[in-house]
Amino acid sequence: MSYIQGETGDWEIVIGLEVHAQVISNAKLFSGAATAFGAEPNSQVSFVDAAFPGMLPVINERCIEQAVRTGLGLKAQINLHSVFDRKNYFYADLPQGYQISQYLQPIVGKGEIVLDLPDGSSRTVGVTRLHLEQDAGKSLHDQHPAKTYIDLNRSGVALMEIVSEPDMRTAEEAGAYVRKLRSILRYLGTCDGNMEEGSMRCDVNVSVRKPGAPFGTRCEIKNVNSIRFVMQAIEYEARRQIEIIEEGGKIDQETRLWDTTKFVTRSMRSKEEAHDYRYFPDPDLLPLELDAAWVEDIKRTLPELPDDKKARFIAEYKLSPYDANVLVSEKARADFFEAVAKGRDPKLAANWVTGELFGYLNKAGKEIEESPVSAENLGGLIDLIADNTISGRIAKEVFEAMFETGEKPADIVEKKGLRQVTDTGAIEASIDSVLAANADKVAEFRSGKDKLFGFFVGQVMKATQGKANPALVNEILMTKLKG
Amino acid sequence: MSLDKATVAKIAHLARIKVPDDELDHLAGELSQILTFVEQLGEVDTQDVPPMTSVAAQTLRRRKDEVTDGGYRDAVLSNGPETAEGFYVVPKVVE
Repeated sequence: MSYIQGETGDWEIVIGLEVHAQVISNAKLFSGAATAFGAEPNSQVSFVDAAFPGMLPVINERCIEQAVRTGLGLKAQINLHSVFDRKNYFYADLPQGYQISQYLQPIVGKGEIVLDLPDGSSRTVGVTRLHLEQDAGKSLHDQHPAKTYIDLNRSGVALMEIVSEPDMRTAEEAGAYVRKLRSILRYLGTCDGNMEEGSMRCDVNVSVRKPGAPFGTRCEIKNVNSIRFVMQAIEYEARRQIEIIEEGGKIDQETRLWDTTKFVTRSMRSKEEAHDYRYFPDPDLLPLELDAAWVEDIKRTLPELPDDKKARFIAEYKLSPYDANVLVSEKARADFFEAVAKGRDPKLAANWVTGELFGYLNKAGKEIEESPVSAENLGGLIDLIADNTISGRIAKEVFEAMFETGEKPADIVEKKGLRQVTDTGAIEASIDSVLAANADKVAEFRSGKDKLFGFFVGQVMKATQGKANPALVNEILMTKLKG
Repeated sequence: MSLDKATVAKIAHLARIKVPDDELDHLAGELSQILTFVEQLGEVDTQDVPPMTSVAAQTLRRRKDEVTDGGYRDAVLSNGPETAEGFYVVPKVVE
């Protein structure tokens, strides 16, 4: 357990997360308007989304399916009977004056998420529920000094609110939770997980307590839009609360904001009555009844999810949990790796993919889908090492050229003349000239200075521009030095 | 059930309805009467009766995931008291 050191001893942070994940669908949850990101303001708004009088909601079947799919991916209970409620509040970007949501009877019940922690260990966090609801419109406060501009394109887009149990104890665990949830949603194809575009947003509940004590009063930090901010906000908020309690104060349950420029949380709504949402079943919508067989059909179409893939990579390819984690975090990465590993040494494939390839992609700011080196070509490079056409060291040079040009490894090797020298005659000649030029060091070696062996290898490799087969160099060099 | 003045004032505020203080007593009486009337339903034993969600035997209608609506910004904005550059414009609301 990692505790925070306060003036009065250790403190434990208790964290629960509510993640709003935008459902991937063409049309909105209750209307036929489009959901595409970045459209002209108010161009994707139907009279339903703008809450014109008399308009009635009709649910999008794809959104129901996506919620069920996500529930199944979280190993959660699917509720065959669920109810839509109205959550009442007033805000300029909520034209109905209420959000259609689910309250007492959500579509998905208890599930779980396995966190993969940086040290390679795992921890299971409970998911309390998942429910479907409408997104609100978007308020722009920076367009005019005294006015707010409202765009309703997002109004009515389907969201899944995924609520965790208060099971996390550190900012790292909260970060791992969001990362894992995003990974699962992407595998399932139910949310693109793009936090910059707001298709995944986080509300973070934080409280502190002395280890073993009952839960403290929590504060909710609203709408945090990156994993880094989630972690920073938790660290800040926990310290703020500890300071207040240690100075004899008490925590007020309230909603706070993460200020991304000052790196502090600050109070958002002082009025507690703002939380009085007066939920009631939406009279415009009948309860949502699902067919158990239909749910089973969806279950059969689930892809292999990250946890199963990770277990398989460890069992089938003998990868370390760490490498397996890195590879399965995105489906595209895992697919790339498997294409490279097919018929080759998996450990070598994993090293090249997680080492060179991810390193270069990272530096270039590219996703795996944009990799200039295809899986086929990286596989080809590994084959060239395996059949002794090039050495591992030269392979790195070839890889660099592959990354720049996208060319096939064999073409680069030919063009640059990098083919490994396996002709013993040529290697012997190089060795002879190196030994002749360094007669003093040869004498030292023969009088017991074994460490000089590395020096000779270096010189020979230099003389052959790294192209000599290292095994042959070692072997012939040793024979000649001993002779 | 009888409502006190404070509760009525709170309900009015939540609904953003302006109610002058001198009307609160009167409204508290009316609302309490309505609640008392509805509470008579509690006398019926509904232990084994599932909630009725519709008078007709029907299930929730669903739509296909197809874009069939929207794309008429001017019509949508036409009722807005103030608009600019394709947006609704409201007094500044920022927290």
